[in-house]
Amino acid sequence: MEHAPPSGQLSARDDEVALVARMKSGDAAAFESCVRTYCGRLLLVARRMLNHEEDANDAVQDAFLSAFKGIGRFKEESQLGTWLHRIVVNAALGRLRHRQRHPEKPIEDLLPHFGEGEHQLDPPVLWKALPEASAQDRETRELVQRCVQQLPETYRIVLMLRDIEGITTEATADLLGTSVAVVKTRLHRARQALRSLLDPHFRRGNV
Amino acid sequence: MNCREFTEFLHEYLFGDLSADERSEFDKHLAECPWCVAYLDSYRKTIQLEQAALLPPAEAPPPADAPEELIQAILRARAS
Repeated sequence: MEHAPPSGQLSARDDEVALVARMKSGDAAAFESCVRTYCGRLLLVARRMLNHEEDANDAVQDAFLSAFKGIGRFKEESQLGTWLHRIVVNAALGRLRHRQRHPEKPIEDLLPHFGEGEHQLDPPVLWKALPEASAQDRETRELVQRCVQQLPETYRIVLMLRDIEGITTEATADLLGTSVAVVKTRLHRARQALRSLLDPHFRRGNV
Repeated sequence: MNCREFTEFLHEYLFGDLSADERSEFDKHLAECPWCVAYLDSYRKTIQLEQAALLPPAEAPPPADAPEELIQAILRARAS
């Protein structure tokens, strides 16, 4: 989804091509224009992935510096925003790898358990109807965000890359250095675990 | 198909490339199992909820809240 750029900033594809050409020639004003145009949206991505303001700022800085270094390799048929998005995702993943690792809680506690006849021990109940995404209230959004934060990191990151950042299964596997099959399994487990965390709040009859 | 298999392979049912025969196994189980109907409903709503909670609305303007400090730090780091 693309947003209309604010006035005074990039307004058309031609402007983007010209901006990239100026960056390739080392024009300092072009680099500044690029930072001013894209910094806000890259920061949003980094914040979503890292949940830590300082780490998010560092990831955005890493991303711009890496993009400027590699601007010669940018292909004109690509979209600058899409290219920068991938770079900031990579930078955020780099920051996550460097964070002190705490042992993750096992995801199995949040997956369905089965008993006799292979039925779920906690039989699922229908959830109440949801309003459209744009009509979701702030309280609900914050509740869901808190539940996403409770997912084990290995699973949360796959959920973020696939469902939120819109990165394909194959590209996610590349970014994480794992296989497509592992990404698919982790995504399914992450959604199942998130479902378990949300379940008490959304069962029919509950507020 | 039982509930364990339905739950395990639900992702494939919703997003995978299943053959007509495989799909009908899932449909047959759903026709007989209200618990898996409920599980499917809540799994779909989970995806809706997480996207509504984490993605900016389509009509939102691009975020303009990048701190000037950060912009200046990036520009200084590039120049150094």
